[in-house]
Amino acid sequence: MVEPIRVMEGKAAPLKVNDVDTDQIIPAQFLKLLSRKGLGKYAFYRWRYNEDGTPKPGFILDDPRFKDAEILIAGKNFGIGSSRENAVWALLDLGIRCVIAPSFGDIFYNNAAKNGLLCIRLPEDLVERLQDRAMEGDLILRIDLEKQEISGKDIEAIRFDIEPHVKERLLKGLDDITMALLYEEEIKRYEERMPSYIIPKPSRFLHE
Amino acid sequence: MTAKTIFEKIWEAHVLKEREDGSALLYIDRHLTHEVTSPVAFETLRMTGRRVRRPELTFAFMDHNVPTGDRLQPIKDRLSAEQIKTLMRNAREFGITVFDLLSPFQGIVHVAGPELGLTLPGITLVCGDSHTSTHGALGALAFGIGTSEVAHVFATQTLWMKKPRSMEARMEGELPYGATAKDAILWMIRRIGVGGAIGHVVEYRGSAVEAMSVEERMTLCNMAIEAGARSAIVSPDEKVYDYIKDTPYAPKGEEWEEALQSWRKLPTDPGARYDKSVSFDLSRLEPQVTWGTNPGMTVSVTEEVPDPRDFDDPSERAMAERALRYMGLEPGTPITKIKVDVVFIGSCTNARLSDLIQAAKIVYGRRVAPGVRALVVPGSQLVKRKAERLGLHRIFMDAGFEWRNSGCSMCIAMNEDRLEPGQRCASTSNRNFENRQGVGGRTHLVSPIMAAAAALEGRFVDVREYELDREIPLEWEAA
Repeated sequence: MVEPIRVMEGKAAPLKVNDVDTDQIIPAQFLKLLSRKGLGKYAFYRWRYNEDGTPKPGFILDDPRFKDAEILIAGKNFGIGSSRENAVWALLDLGIRCVIAPSFGDIFYNNAAKNGLLCIRLPEDLVERLQDRAMEGDLILRIDLEKQEISGKDIEAIRFDIEPHVKERLLKGLDDITMALLYEEEIKRYEERMPSYIIPKPSRFLHE
Repeated sequence: MTAKTIFEKIWEAHVLKEREDGSALLYIDRHLTHEVTSPVAFETLRMTGRRVRRPELTFAFMDHNVPTGDRLQPIKDRLSAEQIKTLMRNAREFGITVFDLLSPFQGIVHVAGPELGLTLPGITLVCGDSHTSTHGALGALAFGIGTSEVAHVFATQTLWMKKPRSMEARMEGELPYGATAKDAILWMIRRIGVGGAIGHVVEYRGSAVEAMSVEERMTLCNMAIEAGARSAIVSPDEKVYDYIKDTPYAPKGEEWEEALQSWRKLPTDPGARYDKSVSFDLSRLEPQVTWGTNPGMTVSVTEEVPDPRDFDDPSERAMAERALRYMGLEPGTPITKIKVDVVFIGSCTNARLSDLIQAAKIVYGRRVAPGVRALVVPGSQLVKRKAERLGLHRIFMDAGFEWRNSGCSMCIAMNEDRLEPGQRCASTSNRNFENRQGVGGRTHLVSPIMAAAAALEGRFVDVREYELDREIPLEWEAA
């Protein structure tokens, strides 16, 4: 289902804002759409459009130099807040395949891994340096997930850490559900010894 | 035997398999779902020919985009109506109990789950909503998850997860007059920041937490996510067991006794260690008001709107400037000089019966200030009926409040309850992000009593000027 990632290369765009919550990445009104496709046009909607739908100038990914960006270099706590996976779908649909930031919201980070969006944590000062460099509009980064290394012209290779299970998932494009069902025996064993009081049994009348 | 935290005890009891890569397969005892984050997950099941593995452990609620007005009228918003119909269809197809719009138990999933007895100490619970940490107040290990994970739990009743780190948040001292659980959590987020608990399960403990009611603890746990926490939990005590006992889905008879025995082993052992600890003395806590666009941007009601120039860190300064511009506030303005247009008492943070009673004590016999729109949106239809039995609806309506049906309402503004551009709101909800309560809306997070007082005066006031525990008639006869 998810495309495996080994090496990616792409234009980097800086998003020099901290604490970008998922409400900013995709506003709640677009959560009513019943599909995960085509959400890119709503990504960062309030930053990019006025209420009447006319474009608001100034958003970095609408800058002609960054329109084709595939790597977003963001501020700390990127993706905090709401659990909406639509935030990840919107970024992917916008063409973003990797986000680099000092830290991420936990749920966003998990959602990203499940959808093949690579999230890389780097120290804050390094992120700031990359943001400044990316601002010039011509920073192409090569990200080698296998080697856990970021490289680019005039940039010393940067090593990054990533949890082994996230790395493996991204490298192989693994389907989690299939992987979990390999442990059917363990699941059944738990269910057999699960205390019966945990299984809800409604009162004959749901009284107050 | 090594001393363990409650989080470790529940975690270990539910881990089915640990892989060498550090991920663990966790059994999920309870899955709550709602109309907004479930449709794509059900579609995933359908596409792969899978079923919901344990429908009897799965419960569906309608809360995020439901209208809070007349439930017998057709839903005007086409997309909301579609999501609601889709959940009905999915629940039927997959055999899940759904508390639909006309159900007497409809409500916000994090209010309704605990009050129905679906949330129990010691269980693992998930929901496709970040505020799922709320359920930790009853001693459950509860995680907010994304839609892919919702599909995963539907299909397997398990979740892959890396074990979060543990964080002790010790709250000591007696909450002073006018300070509530809401103020305590805003204070904590202000202190540790919106990323301060990332990757951690926060366990609240200490004398202040022990003294709190279960509903107050839910407010604390609810907003742990606003500090970035993976989840939050409180070791259960007799108050928790009393809260659950005799609720519709609570274990009964022998099962109740068996449950109690096992729950009493859950609390964190003396001497258990945490990966991180923070502690707060709440004995001088003042009512808190957010001034900016994230819940860490908070001051006490006696303070002023901060000056961005006072922030040393350049990125924090830039964030503060941006926030003040959005909020339309001048540095140095006393909080009590800020006028409000709308007051919202609602949400999974602060719309339980005790919240409404406290607010009613402020409101009783008084009037909402001219020009202010004030609404009460009970956290569930059950809360609403209980409040009506006490006559709270009369108190609020006589004062000029709207008394609505339950839902997430103006906390997320997915239904028609939303701010107009530029409107300023005193809100008991959990997020003051830009545009959260409506495009261009300006949110100030406060406690229910602070919100009630702001409604009466049309501006923020120090609620300590009011008599908070006055006797008001709490009964109403429908005759």
